[in-house]
Amino acid sequence: MEIYLDNSATTMVAPEVREEMMAALGEAYGNPSSLHKKGSDAELMLKKAKERIAQPLKADAREIYFTSGGTEANNLALLGGARAKKREGNHVIISAVEHPSVSAAADELAREGFQVTRLGTDERGLVSPEALKAALTPETVLVSVMAVNNEVGAREPFEAFGKLIKDYNSRILFHVDAVQAYGKLRLNPKRDGIDLLSASGHKIHGPKGIGFLYIRDKVRIEPIIYGGEQQKGIRSGTENMPGIVGMGKAAELAYQHFDERISALYSLKEYLQEGLESLDLVRVNGPRERELSAPHIVSATFPGIRSEVLLHALEDRGIYASAGSACSSHKKTVSPTLRSIGLSDELAGSTLRFSLSSYSSREDADAVIKALKELLPQLRRFVRK
Amino acid sequence: MEYQAFLIKYAEIGIKGKNRYIFEDKLVSRVNAALKRVPGDFAVSKASGRIYAVASEPFDRDEAEAELQTVFGVSAICPVVRKEVVPPEELLAEAVKYFGEAHPGFSGSFKVVATRADKRYPWDSQMINYKVGEAIIKAYPAVHVDVHEPEIVLRIEIREKINLYSETVPGPGGMPVGSSGKAMLLLSGGIDSPVAGWMLAKRGVTLEAVYFHAPPYTSERAKQKVVELAEIVSRYAGPIRLHVVNFTDVQMYIYEHAPHDELTIIMRRYMMRIAEAIAAQNGASALITGESLGQVASQTLQSLVCTNEVCTMPVFRPLIAFDKQDIIDLAEKIGTFETSILPYEDCCTIFVAKHPVTKPNAGIIRRSESGLIPEIDELVKTAVETEECIVCAR
Repeated sequence: MEIYLDNSATTMVAPEVREEMMAALGEAYGNPSSLHKKGSDAELMLKKAKERIAQPLKADAREIYFTSGGTEANNLALLGGARAKKREGNHVIISAVEHPSVSAAADELAREGFQVTRLGTDERGLVSPEALKAALTPETVLVSVMAVNNEVGAREPFEAFGKLIKDYNSRILFHVDAVQAYGKLRLNPKRDGIDLLSASGHKIHGPKGIGFLYIRDKVRIEPIIYGGEQQKGIRSGTENMPGIVGMGKAAELAYQHFDERISALYSLKEYLQEGLESLDLVRVNGPRERELSAPHIVSATFPGIRSEVLLHALEDRGIYASAGSACSSHKKTVSPTLRSIGLSDELAGSTLRFSLSSYSSREDADAVIKALKELLPQLRRFVRK
Repeated sequence: MEYQAFLIKYAEIGIKGKNRYIFEDKLVSRVNAALKRVPGDFAVSKASGRIYAVASEPFDRDEAEAELQTVFGVSAICPVVRKEVVPPEELLAEAVKYFGEAHPGFSGSFKVVATRADKRYPWDSQMINYKVGEAIIKAYPAVHVDVHEPEIVLRIEIREKINLYSETVPGPGGMPVGSSGKAMLLLSGGIDSPVAGWMLAKRGVTLEAVYFHAPPYTSERAKQKVVELAEIVSRYAGPIRLHVVNFTDVQMYIYEHAPHDELTIIMRRYMMRIAEAIAAQNGASALITGESLGQVASQTLQSLVCTNEVCTMPVFRPLIAFDKQDIIDLAEKIGTFETSILPYEDCCTIFVAKHPVTKPNAGIIRRSESGLIPEIDELVKTAVETEECIVCAR
């Protein structure tokens, strides 16, 4: 038995995706930049993939730029966005709960001379529009906030952010890291004042090694990779065609039967959260309202039990989850997100994340609760004296 | 220059009397195994106190030497150029050519030492020494002969072929693995224990190893890391049978029933008991640990005395007087360091007391242990019976 509940780390490649990729790995091996038919065939495939990705965003295919994944897309948005604006100001705003591919890129901008403001969250992991409003200055050139927090599933009010940023100064670039949101939320960057939006293939049942950055028409950013000027010079390098084809198919699938699938996912998430809360001492983190949370991420704290130990004990029963915080005796790093929602280092080290997909079922949730019912009392006997 | 063979010298085993052939045969088989890992298709044989490895295909000298340097018992490695037996005049030309290629631009002293196994060769050894020396001086005016303390000794052996060699690379020394019996290494994921195993292997000991796995408190990756460490050590020590013992139940029982500050010491005592039982079952006659005096609470002299008393087999602690940095230097040389510092926990910190006893009294520890009997004996028996054996080889 295998119950995979680590879909925020990565997902299974959907069989339909695998199938379409096989063609690109087989006869359709052309380079879209080549002038001959083999090349133009590949270019058609590239265009089709962009269309499939752009369509649910109500965007134009020409606004999609492929990258090697979410990390590169976020780096490109932050570094490329801020550097292109450096004549207009030197202030960048991010949240305190961003993924390292955003926060470390912001560190780099700080080294280049930008002032970086990091907005804290409330105990649910939400950044407040008021805090953002207060942080905006005439020097601000870029704001980057994630749509869905990868650790506790908080859905940030990015629509409100977009509106208030553009009301303040329409020249400020607004980037949304949608790696955990694309395929889970309806996104409409143009309507919501979003200039840049990142997503990743392998979080939506596509392959690894592919992601994209949506760059709104007329927005200019600097590249971070230089070379043969592919993708209008924004991202040089021969396109990863099998990955692009797979990402395109995965995007299409992610927005098929969207409303019913997502509402089922919310129900399953709530079912699991209720099950967890019925267990002694367990507390569920993150916002609970559907409007304020993603449909697939469940974070729970198990006081007195080290997350790594519980993770391996669940693994023994075929249940795969992830530790909310990387914590070993060699490397004591507590996740900024868990700290930002007010967990002590000790509680952060006792936190697990279960992340669902449309392949998850109620039986999976039942199995998790059943396993925990047996494991928790056992493991609690051996807490540190 | 292209070499066709290696001449491999060994030191200590040269003096082992009547048992010498046993040591030599072990060494031949270890050299064989090492050279199998590189191209060259070497034929390895022993001849008059040394080993010849003759290639039948081209090979990379550095790569082959690196492998030979993992063979304990080898004291020196000489790359050899082999030529067909030719008349003396041509021999002169070959020797001059060899010298120029092996020591380009050399200025200093040398001498020639010829040996003539084939006594039908027209020149005797003295004659070859003299004539070749003269030819070399003529060809390379910057060199001169010094028969007492030469910087280079050019050896010329007339056998079924002519062997020319003058370069020597030091070997690792020690004794061939398999010549000193078998011992059981207590292998953790840390820096010390692989080094301890390597040191005993260097003295000719065949290694087996035991690893204490405590799922779910230690992860599958921690176990993989130990397998990898055993594989790295096996490059020197030959295949290592790694016994993975599920220690969780024993550990839990101690945790629940023994005084908290004695936890580590009692745990160590049970690890030693289990290791000894597995050693006995597998024909090993000693234990090896990576303990170093005073390094941690369980490695104070009093603690060592206390863990030592549960074993009847000798316990080898080759690192006992080493500083940590010395151990790290060795680990880097062997190639285990990078793996050892991977951050997977081997023994869950949850089972470590905040203030462990550092000067345990064996009497008190024995009394604490008596409270664990008989249940713990059953758990120990199960742990020994359910061990999983993985053969680690590289």
